[in-house]
Amino acid sequence: MLLNREHTSSTILKDAGKLDQVPAHVQFRGVSKTYDGQIKVVKDFDLNIHTGEFVTLLGPSGSGKTTILMMLAGFQAPSSGEILLEGRPIHDLPARKRGIGMVFQNYALFPHMTVGANLSFPLEVRGMNSLERKERVLRALKLVRLDGLSDRKPGQLSGGQQQRVAIARALVFEPSLVLMDEPLGALDRSLREEMQYEIRRIHRSLDVTIVYVTHDQQEAMVMSDRIAVLRDGMIDQIEVPEGLYEAPTSAFVARFIGESNQLHGHVSAMFEQDNVCEVDTGGEMIRALKVSPCHVGDQVTLSIRPERVKMNPESGRYTNEISATVEDLTFLGDQLRIRLATCGRDDFLATIPNVVGHGGLVEGDAVRIGWTVVDCRVLNYEQP
Amino acid sequence: MAGPLRLPGNPDVRVRLRALSLVAPLVIFVGVTFVAPLGTMLMRSVYDPVVADALPKTLALLSDWDANELPSEAIFATLAEEIKHASSERTIGRVAGRINRVQGGFRGLVTRTERELRTTGQGTWREIMISVDSLWADAATWHAIKVTGERYTARHYWNALDMQILSDGSIARQPEERRIYLRLFLRTLMVSGLITLLCLLLGYPVAHFIADSPPRQGNLLLILVLIPFWTSLLVRTTSWIVLLQNQGVLNDLFVALGLIGEDGRLSMIYNMTGTIIAMTHVLLPFMVLPLYSVMRGIPATHMNAAASLGATPLQAFLRVYWPQSLPGVGAGALLVFILAIGYYITPALVGGSDGQLISNMIAYHMQTSLNWGLAAALGGVLLVGVLILYMVYERLIGIDRIGLR
Repeated sequence: MLLNREHTSSTILKDAGKLDQVPAHVQFRGVSKTYDGQIKVVKDFDLNIHTGEFVTLLGPSGSGKTTILMMLAGFQAPSSGEILLEGRPIHDLPARKRGIGMVFQNYALFPHMTVGANLSFPLEVRGMNSLERKERVLRALKLVRLDGLSDRKPGQLSGGQQQRVAIARALVFEPSLVLMDEPLGALDRSLREEMQYEIRRIHRSLDVTIVYVTHDQQEAMVMSDRIAVLRDGMIDQIEVPEGLYEAPTSAFVARFIGESNQLHGHVSAMFEQDNVCEVDTGGEMIRALKVSPCHVGDQVTLSIRPERVKMNPESGRYTNEISATVEDLTFLGDQLRIRLATCGRDDFLATIPNVVGHGGLVEGDAVRIGWTVVDCRVLNYEQP
Repeated sequence: MAGPLRLPGNPDVRVRLRALSLVAPLVIFVGVTFVAPLGTMLMRSVYDPVVADALPKTLALLSDWDANELPSEAIFATLAEEIKHASSERTIGRVAGRINRVQGGFRGLVTRTERELRTTGQGTWREIMISVDSLWADAATWHAIKVTGERYTARHYWNALDMQILSDGSIARQPEERRIYLRLFLRTLMVSGLITLLCLLLGYPVAHFIADSPPRQGNLLLILVLIPFWTSLLVRTTSWIVLLQNQGVLNDLFVALGLIGEDGRLSMIYNMTGTIIAMTHVLLPFMVLPLYSVMRGIPATHMNAAASLGATPLQAFLRVYWPQSLPGVGAGALLVFILAIGYYITPALVGGSDGQLISNMIAYHMQTSLNWGLAAALGGVLLVGVLILYMVYERLIGIDRIGLR
């Protein structure tokens, strides 16, 4: 009962391990970048990206994700370290010779050219004859489902259509690596979701490696094979999406990917060959899964996903059971969001599937809440 | 039904009236200070009542005159009468001056005739006047009176285009030595074109550099471009004299460096070179500012995008940057060209004799020869030329694409 979820994460980890057997398409080796000689926006960055993989660099603004992309594209040079493309260092290769497709944040479509001319541009500068250009442009437009818009100017297209043109232009010269720098940032929410699936479809239909930069974790979840969560110019954790959600290795990742309740306390005891810790969170004793090395007496942070918190469980069903008070109920359509006061704080969240009548809960109710040991992870202490 | 201050009519009209009343001061100002003087001046190029007002009867009789023979005694008598009258009104000088522009020597003729008319001589008016000067027996003299007597006339325009109206009423080119204006117009156009080109060559990289700089540096650089703008035009022009004159800074430097000998000093001022150098400098901001405003709107990522698509820097510039900067090039070129075509002070100060442009000729006719009709006609031709250029520009590039956003 205790480790009944373990198999899920281990399968994922095994899949990730398999990817390591494939030769790397892009390798970052100890890459650092500083603009002023003091503050490093990228610190000793190491990353292997495999052929055909969709890797997302996910992080808040200022985490260095765009700088990493710009160094790969050739618009900025690393201060130290090296970047390898198919095993060859590319530091003295100018951007135009790298043959990397790029989708820019604001599309960077050329407004004075038609859609067709925009797409034709990379083929023209490669000296391709007009017949083949025409055919390639048509094929690329078909790929992004914009057949027939070849003669329009970008200004006559909607945001979503412009986005598709930008993607088509980055693909039309058939690069094996495509970079995308927050390409969906300017779109509204429903269009953004549509485009996420569209990009995923395109990635799957072509044999192309994609490096994608975003600060939107949902976007990263939808499309990525692996997500590298960046903080302060370093990778905090790199993992397949499910693994990142289920097995965050830091409080930062737990907070950044999905929602997470974070409680702070001291380890008071260890169980099950030291795989489970008992943590004193100021009165309540909570048992949680150990993730990184820790000892009795260490200050730690606990992370529990709101949807894993059960309301008024049968007594004795869960290892962790504590009492709480309902502070606030928010109806979110498909689910009910409950804000609870417990363990000395009043922002402990639980979400339950929507039930008629709010499951009989009202504000001010005294309730019991519970969760399993594996749903609660002991992470290195982090200042909230 | 309504308060006493309520205007009649529907609300839309009232809103529009209120808006109009805010614009009214400017409309009136522009009307009084710009449209009216311009209109008056252009009117002078086609309307000249001086002779017509002074010699109405003579002109009425002359309208039936057969240009091949000498006018009748009645015409001579009437003219003598009207000259005496104009003389007492003290307008005879102006009248004589007008006719003198068409027929040289007329001023002296009138003065002599007028003196003689005071003492009543013997014989017919025809005999008396011809005895004063045989020019009165010349049909060209009478033709000159007839031509200048037209209130509404195109002769100033013909004159401005180096043409003349012959005594039989036909239009012909001026004799070789009197053709000056067309050549001057052509020279003005070519010099203006050259200055526009120089401004573009010098201004384009500067504007690009400023537009590409971070805002703080960009503003500083923009101020550097603008400082000459805030300095008096006279100061700027005269400082070019200090730099370029024969004993000036540049020549001294060249001699000191041994590039030229003491007797080989370059004449870079008081000629066309001086006009071109000084005007290019004076007009440069008018090129840089529109270029800058357009270039600032070209996203920096476009050049990166072009590079990522495989374009060389030259390809990226020619295919991506230059076409997008064209509205600025158009706006700057049009601005500089139109300003250069009508430029006056700089050529007047540093142009010497061969560095003069059409505006200096207009000023000459305004201030020295006092032939305002011709000055106005020259100005009119210039205006039409600019309008034609404007239309050509509109055809080629489209005026709505002009980059003064």
